[in-house]
Amino acid sequence: MEVGLFVPCYIDQFYPTVARATLKLLRRLGCTVHVPLNQACCGQPAANAGMAIASTAAERTFYKAFADMEIIVAPSASCVCHVRDHYSKANDMAARTMELCEFLVDVLRVNHLDAHYPYRVGLHEGCHGLRGLRLGASTELHVPAFNKVRQLLSMVGDLQLVTLERADECCGFGGTFAVSEAALSVKMGRDRLRDHQNSGAQVITSTDMSCLMHLWGLANRHGLPLEVRHVAEILNSTKP
Amino acid sequence: MNGRATILAALRDNRMEPQALPQQYDFPRPEGNLQKMFAQQVGAGGGRALQITPSMIPGFLLDGFPGARVASTDSRYAPGNEDLVTVRDPRDLASLDVLVCRAELGIAECGAVWLGDQALVHRASAFITQHLVVLLDPAAIVWNMHEAYSRVDVAEEGFGLWVAGPSKTADIEQSLVIGAHGARSFNVLLV
Amino acid sequence: MSLPSPEIPLPVVDHAGAAARFVADEARTDWHDEALWHVRQKRDASSAVVPEWEELRELASKIKDHTLSRLDTYLIQFETSASANGIHVHWARDAEEHNQLVYSILDRHQARHLVKSKSMLTEECHLNPYLEERGIKVIDTDLGERIVQLAGKPPSHIVLPAIHVKKEEIGQLFHQNLGTAADESDPQRLTEAARQHLRGKFLEAEAALTGVNFAIASTGGIVVCTNEGNADLGVHLAPVHIASMGIEKILPEPHHLAVFLRLLARSATGQSITVYTSHFHRPRSGQEMHIVLVDNGRSKHLGRKHFRDALKCIRCGACINTCPVYRRSGGYSYGSTIPGPIGSILTPGVDLKKYSTLPFASTLCGSCGDVCPVKIDIPKQLYRWRQTVMDEGGTTLTKRLAITLIGNVMGRPRLYRLAGRTIRWLLRRLPQRIVYARGNIWGRTRDLPDAPRESFLDWFKKAS
Repeated sequence: MEVGLFVPCYIDQFYPTVARATLKLLRRLGCTVHVPLNQACCGQPAANAGMAIASTAAERTFYKAFADMEIIVAPSASCVCHVRDHYSKANDMAARTMELCEFLVDVLRVNHLDAHYPYRVGLHEGCHGLRGLRLGASTELHVPAFNKVRQLLSMVGDLQLVTLERADECCGFGGTFAVSEAALSVKMGRDRLRDHQNSGAQVITSTDMSCLMHLWGLANRHGLPLEVRHVAEILNSTKP
Repeated sequence: MNGRATILAALRDNRMEPQALPQQYDFPRPEGNLQKMFAQQVGAGGGRALQITPSMIPGFLLDGFPGARVASTDSRYAPGNEDLVTVRDPRDLASLDVLVCRAELGIAECGAVWLGDQALVHRASAFITQHLVVLLDPAAIVWNMHEAYSRVDVAEEGFGLWVAGPSKTADIEQSLVIGAHGARSFNVLLV
Repeated sequence: MSLPSPEIPLPVVDHAGAAARFVADEARTDWHDEALWHVRQKRDASSAVVPEWEELRELASKIKDHTLSRLDTYLIQFETSASANGIHVHWARDAEEHNQLVYSILDRHQARHLVKSKSMLTEECHLNPYLEERGIKVIDTDLGERIVQLAGKPPSHIVLPAIHVKKEEIGQLFHQNLGTAADESDPQRLTEAARQHLRGKFLEAEAALTGVNFAIASTGGIVVCTNEGNADLGVHLAPVHIASMGIEKILPEPHHLAVFLRLLARSATGQSITVYTSHFHRPRSGQEMHIVLVDNGRSKHLGRKHFRDALKCIRCGACINTCPVYRRSGGYSYGSTIPGPIGSILTPGVDLKKYSTLPFASTLCGSCGDVCPVKIDIPKQLYRWRQTVMDEGGTTLTKRLAITLIGNVMGRPRLYRLAGRTIRWLLRRLPQRIVYARGNIWGRTRDLPDAPRESFLDWFKKAS
């Protein structure tokens, strides 16, 4: 299957290993991956700051870069959520854009992975993945339980998912919120870290590196023994 | 223009496209005994529901509320020593200890009973009394709210209500306290 | 009451500042967060046992859609039936008119003591100070409201007015005002003291005012829900009953109540139904009953296509309890009568400038939308209000220009790559004290990720 890989700006710039893990994982699963070099940011930061108008260049760039791709995959639920919810509905570009786990479960129908990750892992449910893209059932809804990210993580050898006290509470990143409401953002992040620590997690994973950047920034500042890994890195991990 | 005309005009100006009113409100009734579910729910709400025979009612009142000022609006089953009909001003009910009245309907799903003007005589009586005793025919228990509203004509009497327990509050640090302003206990006698 | 009068222009609400002050007391923040999370958990448990929960939400949303789509017709129908029931129906365009109407009714009856049950609408209208200025003694009778009234504060939550107050502080207030023992902080004994104190108030009141949870167009009646029984105790003892009602509270027929009553208490406190659900259709003999229908911006809000759904709100407070921001910033940080997510989408419609910060007091986590019993898409509205705030100049020009610049750089491939390279280079080269200088708000409390030499796209270009 041919897919276009959309690499969110902060992953491209600060977490290239996450993008490389995504690329490798998709290739290992038999995809031909196109990476248009003329891609840029999806425009979410400006739009969430109330200036969708300042993100029109980003939207045009996205269309141009991925016009030929049948399916566009990105290792970020938040960016995909922005494309899907806020891009023009005049074309089907938004509908063709998928978050990585969603793509693996719904399109590739992955039911086996050669991954191995011998750690206790806490899953941080990125809100935009959970409630925006419905990658899983949120705890507020009374619908049959499902969770595409958990489903994939359960295929990883020796990985032990820990049980959190608050399964899907926000970490407080929230884009510009992290800065405009810094005190709250930090408090929310520290509360999440405490939950993961109390649950015995060694590593926190998520569909969104932005949440993890925030959580790592706090954990590292306070010297907490917690690592963060994007879910793509875990799904792509192999036995040493 | 007066307030009424201004508001209605503004609403018409801002009227949205018509939206259909849903017509289907039937949901499957769960398995199980309605009376048991009702009693469970009354208990969960801080009250109690007891199965009792008519002859046991006077004893229940005497044992449970010795020396109490009891008003009964169902004197056929429950004796009282206070006649609500002769009370002119509801404020005179301030020292009432027990109100006994009959409910026409109970709801299993939430443990509520329906009381109206006729059952209460004075609307205040259900609230100002220290204890509330409700007589309910177990056959008059329906499963849920939808069934309940198909059975009760809410406008038939000037006032009617669902009561589902003793008066309570959790306004101080979320600690549940029974007996906020209204009745301190809620007793449903299934007769 | 220390509420500012609505005529005085108010500054922009500084949610971030208030929140920072709130979280500075971490132990108290945790206590507040836990108390509300506990309510959220009770909501989860009691809604989970209703197999058709999600269908009920959908039905409630649709009934409200329908009702709002012909609100004028239903209000007229309601007025006709209520009048036929012997109820006096009044219409108030705004808060001022509502307050005048209430006062004129009280004045006509020479009422000097008014007992009130919970009504967010009267909070919205700042009724208490209006009446007090005119010599009326107003007593809020809901325990939580009485507590905040004694403290001279507005409620910090629409269902749990005193959720932010500790029992020791309530003990202090009661000691000063109700004469309880100086160190009394037991909820049971404090509640009993309030019961005795308020019984006297109920008995002396010449008028009682209630809010309205639902009004029924076909029968001309109103429904009021309480757990304490305070609304009923007030109404059934006093010679005059005034009910203040937002015009959006209407439902077509009694059986529609079933849908909403199954949702309301479960969403609010995790009860299957409130203890008292009272249906008022006619005044008792010798009593006078008035209903004041209040617009106060609601008809205007109905005209806002993207935002009108907020009028479906049944004031259960579930979105407030679940909000991770509210739980850690407290009700007062919103500077509005209705705090939390629902407040943040209602208040900008009232005063866009004053409340311009509230749509940003959210991470857009979406929990509020999923928990809402009438399915208001709160996160989507928060996002849209943000656009409106920025479009209509609700920020500084500098901020607008900065976002425009960043948006345009980030959205253009060449500029984006250049900017990325430059920032990474700077982060690697600059001394830590400059990278973590005061202006770096992120860096004050959080480490920045390492800046790699090569971006992924740079690597890919070389590799392929």
